[in-house]
Amino acid sequence: MAEKYDLQEREVWDGNFAASQALRQAQVDVVAAYPITPSTPIVENYGSYVANGYIDGEFVMVESEHGAMSGCVGASAAGGRVATATSSQGFALMTEVLYQASGMRLPIVLTVVNRALASPLNVRGDHSDMYLGRDSGWIQLDCFNAQEAYDMTLCAFKIGENHDVRLPVMVHQDGFITSHTAQNVYPLRDEVAYGFVGEFKPVDDMLDFSRPVTYGAQTEEDWHFEHKARQHKALMDSRSIIDDVLAQFKEISGREYKRVESYMMEDAEVAIVALGTTVETCIVAARELRKEEGIKAGVVAPRCFRPFPFDKIRDALGNVKAIACLDRSSPGGAMGALFNEVSAAIYTTDARPLVTNFVYGLGGRDFSIAEAKRIFKEQKAHADAGKITTDIQQFSGLRGPHLGFFQTKRS
Amino acid sequence: MAATSIKNLKEFSTSNDRFEGAHTLCPGCAHSMIVRELMNCTDDNLVIATNTGCLEVSTAVYPFTSWDTSWIHIGFENAATAAAGAEAMYKARKRKGSLKDNDAPVKFVAFGGDGSTYDIGFQWLSGAVERGHDFTYICLDNENYANTGGQRSSATPIGATTTTAQAGSHSYGKKEKKKDMIAIMAAHGAPYVAQLAPNKWKSMAKGFQKALETEGPCFINTVSACCTEWKFDPKDTIGITDLATDSLIFPIYEIIDGHELNILYRPKNVIKVEDYLAAQGRYKHLFKPEYKHIIELIQKDVDDKWNMLQRREEARI
Ligand SMILES: Cc1ncc(C[n+]2csc(CCOP(=O)(O)OP(=O)(O)O)c2C)c(N)n1
Ligand code: SF4
Ligand SMILES: [Mg+2]
Repeated sequence: MAEKYDLQEREVWDGNFAASQALRQAQVDVVAAYPITPSTPIVENYGSYVANGYIDGEFVMVESEHGAMSGCVGASAAGGRVATATSSQGFALMTEVLYQASGMRLPIVLTVVNRALASPLNVRGDHSDMYLGRDSGWIQLDCFNAQEAYDMTLCAFKIGENHDVRLPVMVHQDGFITSHTAQNVYPLRDEVAYGFVGEFKPVDDMLDFSRPVTYGAQTEEDWHFEHKARQHKALMDSRSIIDDVLAQFKEISGREYKRVESYMMEDAEVAIVALGTTVETCIVAARELRKEEGIKAGVVAPRCFRPFPFDKIRDALGNVKAIACLDRSSPGGAMGALFNEVSAAIYTTDARPLVTNFVYGLGGRDFSIAEAKRIFKEQKAHADAGKITTDIQQFSGLRGPHLGFFQTKRS
Repeated sequence: MAATSIKNLKEFSTSNDRFEGAHTLCPGCAHSMIVRELMNCTDDNLVIATNTGCLEVSTAVYPFTSWDTSWIHIGFENAATAAAGAEAMYKARKRKGSLKDNDAPVKFVAFGGDGSTYDIGFQWLSGAVERGHDFTYICLDNENYANTGGQRSSATPIGATTTTAQAGSHSYGKKEKKKDMIAIMAAHGAPYVAQLAPNKWKSMAKGFQKALETEGPCFINTVSACCTEWKFDPKDTIGITDLATDSLIFPIYEIIDGHELNILYRPKNVIKVEDYLAAQGRYKHLFKPEYKHIIELIQKDVDDKWNMLQRREEARI
């Protein structure tokens, strides 16, 4: 039996500690992990909960992140609750196995503390690791602060392990800004948290020998497509279950989450779409701009990055005139991913608002409230002119001369 | 542990059959002999992880499976870690009492080809053994990447031709000697390490049983003659393997706790390595006069290794 862990109604936790407490409360059976900044404390903490009897699980410190996810796959197929954490290079090294985990429909929870990908080597937060995972077949939940890192990690188990979902789930938080910044966090009591997540109920349990299972079969052109189509459908169908889980979470916590979060969007004329901690920066900027200059600014943020909430994004942005999509990952010769996906969604509306793309904050470059305001104002200028008056893609916060690409052809 | 008795081959070959004959390995492939022997030598429940390679692509082609036990394949390099992860979960669930049958003994086994064992999966294997997981890793050593059409691996011996270390007008094939994985795994401190061969089926079954009985990580390199890439007639698999063990190019021995070395097979008549090489197409070019010295070198290496093994056995080091 696990030792009792003392919790206050309000704790001061950073994002890493918050995520690790969710792993403890969910009573994860196996964590196979490898350290990397800034996610290391999550698994160190799990290790200390095991070492001090707060949890009765197996902590397997492997020799690489590829090994970490491989161990998680083996453990998950053996019919218990599994989680790990990583960032950046570790995430990149795991990538092969991320696809294998989702292809085998294993509900592993991976807490990703977002960090830039080398080269050049950089330990600070951006979203390039998160973007690298976007086609891997995992559900991806995004958090903007430590409270959410805790809340979404609990929800992740309940979503992924639902027998109608059976998919692995990533929970993203921003490196350092969330992971290492102590904030107020209101945890649930252990019984309430575990009651919410529930007992793990295995499907195709490798340790049930009355019914042998084969995991990771070979399929070629005769069946591979059908498998992948079913996996895609499972992701698409998970949307309503995610909604249900978030609704149930509200009941026990009082905290409301949606697959797409909207702030001040009721009457917004211009909007920023962003991920991670930038969302909170933009909310402050929008609030101030409304007061200072009467600009009707709003913020939209996909809480659920995968499955991409195509329809909800469209609905959230349907009434605005100009939108800036902020991508915190180097697009490598294309428009940013968020820009592309948001643009595709709103292209299906009659209004077809103006959309521009900002690449910002790479390698942890600070993104300020002032810059968010400047971007809002630029959108206002587009809205007033009825067309995009700047380059469609711009780099925000870059040293040296302005960098931008492509101009509009809309008159 | 519920070991199967191994009185005679006929009886043994039909005991506890959990590996189905229906698979797509080449006729004459030794992989299936080794796998069946492993599965037949115990009555315990088995969780088997397999690296990508001939065995995996030939035994689990959806919607079919040859595995009448729990089986998992993740990728080319990580079967050791898949087994380790499953073993960790077994421990966690056994403590919690959440297993379907909490008392039945379970054994964890990983299979890998020499490509996945000596090369790409080396790190995963090393890590899993260092961490002391209770599992047995069996390398099906056919000395090449057979599944992808016969490329070199670090288990390919000097002088063999492969598609990526080719014999030609300016080359005698692979220039480098084979990596000594048995020594490397023994140096990990693994409690049981061995090299076994399917022609010596009794010693192989006994070795497998020892490994399964031993708590902790065990490593076994098995000689797996590959008719397709070694280029011999599929009906000669066991004959070629006899030449391999009787020429001592594949000595059969075990190392317990990293130091106690026992030779498990001493041929009554040791044959020349040349006879083993001559039976396979992959060494054909070595019989040109200009490569005579390579055959001599291989023979010398085999003699030296055999002497070393005997000295170690005697000295118990
Ligand atoms: C990461 C990765 N690299 C390369 C491959 C291609 N590949 C698949 S099997 C194989 C060779 C297998 O050789 P071995 O392990 O010796 O097994 P065998 O087929 O000889 O039994 C290769 C190169 C792969 N599947 N995955
Ligand atoms: S190529 Fe060799 S190892 Fe592969 S199935 Fe054929 S005989 Fe067996
Ligand atoms: Mg091979």
